[in-house]
Amino acid sequence: MEFVFFLIRRLAWSLVVLAGLSVLIFLIARVVPGDPARLAMGPRASDVQVAQLRAEMGLDRPLPEQYARYIGGLLHGDLGRSLLSRRSVNDDIRETFAATFELVLATITLAVLIGIPLGVAAATWKDATVDNAVRLVAILGAVTPSFFLALLLQILAGYELHMLPTTGRMAPSISFVPDITGLMTLDALLHLRFDVFADALRHLLLPSLALAAATTGQIARITRSSMIDVARQDFIDAARAFGIPARVRIWKYMLRPSFVPPLTILGLEFASLIGNAFVVELVFAWPGMASYGVRTILQKDLNAVMGVVMVSGVFFVLVNLAIDVLVGFVDPRIRITGAR
Amino acid sequence: MNGAASGALLSVRDLAVTFDTYGRTAQVLDGVSLDVPARRHVALVGESGCGKSVTMRAIMGLLREPPARVTAGEIIFEGHDLLRLKPRARMGLCGTAMSMVFQDPMTSLNPVFTIGDQMRAILAHADRRLGRRRSRAERHARIIAVLGQVRMPDPERIARAWPIMLSGGMRQRVLIAMALLNEPRLLIADEPGTALDVTTQAQILRLLRELVQARGLALLMITHNLGVVREAADYVHVMYAGAVVEAAPAAALFAAPRHPYTRALLDCVPMLSGGGRFRGIDGAPPDYTSPPPGCRFAPRCAAAMPRCRTAPPAFPVGPDHRAACWLVEAA
Ligand SMILES: Nc1ncnc2c1ncn2[C@@H]1O[C@H](COP(=O)(O)OP(=O)(O)O)[C@@H](O)[C@H]1O
Ligand SMILES: [Mg+2]
Repeated sequence: MEFVFFLIRRLAWSLVVLAGLSVLIFLIARVVPGDPARLAMGPRASDVQVAQLRAEMGLDRPLPEQYARYIGGLLHGDLGRSLLSRRSVNDDIRETFAATFELVLATITLAVLIGIPLGVAAATWKDATVDNAVRLVAILGAVTPSFFLALLLQILAGYELHMLPTTGRMAPSISFVPDITGLMTLDALLHLRFDVFADALRHLLLPSLALAAATTGQIARITRSSMIDVARQDFIDAARAFGIPARVRIWKYMLRPSFVPPLTILGLEFASLIGNAFVVELVFAWPGMASYGVRTILQKDLNAVMGVVMVSGVFFVLVNLAIDVLVGFVDPRIRITGAR
Repeated sequence: MNGAASGALLSVRDLAVTFDTYGRTAQVLDGVSLDVPARRHVALVGESGCGKSVTMRAIMGLLREPPARVTAGEIIFEGHDLLRLKPRARMGLCGTAMSMVFQDPMTSLNPVFTIGDQMRAILAHADRRLGRRRSRAERHARIIAVLGQVRMPDPERIARAWPIMLSGGMRQRVLIAMALLNEPRLLIADEPGTALDVTTQAQILRLLRELVQARGLALLMITHNLGVVREAADYVHVMYAGAVVEAAPAAALFAAPRHPYTRALLDCVPMLSGGGRFRGIDGAPPDYTSPPPGCRFAPRCAAAMPRCRTAPPAFPVGPDHRAACWLVEAA
């Protein structure tokens, strides 16, 4: 019960943060110099046309009124219309979000599948060669800019070795519409199209590897130090004295209590993943929300920028809520006492 | 006379353990010898820091190497020299042939698994090693039975609980149950219950004694409580600064302690010595990185002679009353 209250408190606090975020982004987008309507219409449009667009989008109203209107729409799930394409921002984001979501999900899967075993190995052979190698790799992963890694992977694995596709989410020869979740891989599986699934995975691999390096390094580092802490605990000695074999002590008795810090880090990494995703999306021509967001910022497409930021914010909040639930599942102390 | 010939279940001979820390080597155990006969209750006493826990950990194979290093000696258990056994074979004895009751119940249970999960794992891995076939239901029945034997109310509920839901006393009982789960022949207990309040501690000690007696287990118990030793132990080993300095049947030791350190230790407990006045032992234990060349107790010993400071007295082997002291040698 305490845990439910804890989750509700976290959620309430997240809503406050989201509200603050909306005000902040709203103001920043409007304080930055440059007239969005003029930018949207291009230099050859007449002043009258620009004024007309401004009136149409409500940009001639006082700021509080603009904000109130925006929030009113937001509460009905309406993100407004794009200044540039005049399309509904909802539609733009719906199309691009799934691509970014799939990329980030694949990245996190890679980061966990690689980072956790690396951290465990480093902790198990602390101060030995394995540990030093893992620490070096973790630091390299953390300091290598993702655009550099993206280009490197694209050139090496794509152009030189011809092993993997280098652009897009799917081969042009395949016609498949991800019409269930929007995730190419998942929808392919749901439609039992294993050829599509394999192709989508191949397209995902390079971009998600490029994006995963930093997070993998983080996870490996945190897992390592967390495991080393736990390895010193009496209950690990006790497990040994009670005849629990080393394999089980490491992968079960030590790893599970060590799991909370890397999980928490994962929640925080989400924000920077979405941020970094745009470079990777640009390099691999990935039709995602991150690169869409950057395009709209450059063009001062007000509603689209707001939309991307708010959707990312909600996404971040939901992911962290899911992580809170997971943490409670992994560590009953948190679930029982509702404290963390 | 080696351990097997002496008829002891466990014999430790001249065990030496060093710790390498920050480039310095501490000779923490320097010639520990002790015997635990089958079905007997043996106590290990001594000031804190004298190496009792290190001795226990060496016997159970729990020392972390490095920084620890076993540099000499042998540990004979049921005829096997544990120090020369392959790691797998040695690990195979843990929990089944010998087991341990840990000192601090608050830190010795894994916080993220239920009591039942942890006990099931202990049973399952032992079953696999010993080639025992047992169904899930049989294992569960065994867990519930042993939880009942350590007087846990409502064992079914306890099995479903996480450690955080239990009091210290209950956790200590769970730890005892875990140690007994696979019917070991030797139980090692490192100051059980000292982390608990006095009443609970007394209950735990009584329970442990009853369980050990009922099953005919050998018990090697570290304790600070000389009252408990006098009441319950068959045999006592006194440790000082990394070595056993006196060993004797409990009654003989309390009646006529021979080593000056043992006398000083007994003097610290007024009820036992009858002196009525509490006093500590003057001075501090030696630094393990540069111990005195002779008897390690000599710098604090009122009866020290010149030879005590140059040559360490030998510790005779045998089942009777022995002490590592030149005074005793001379007598
Ligand atoms: N992991 C370790 N590293 C270095 N020294 C240790 C370690 N464990 C124990 N020691 C040393 O061994 C000595 C004996 O410790 P211990 O056996 O725990 O004493 P006690 O008799 O109180 O159980 C201590 O003084 C300590 O300096
Ligand atoms: Mg101790």
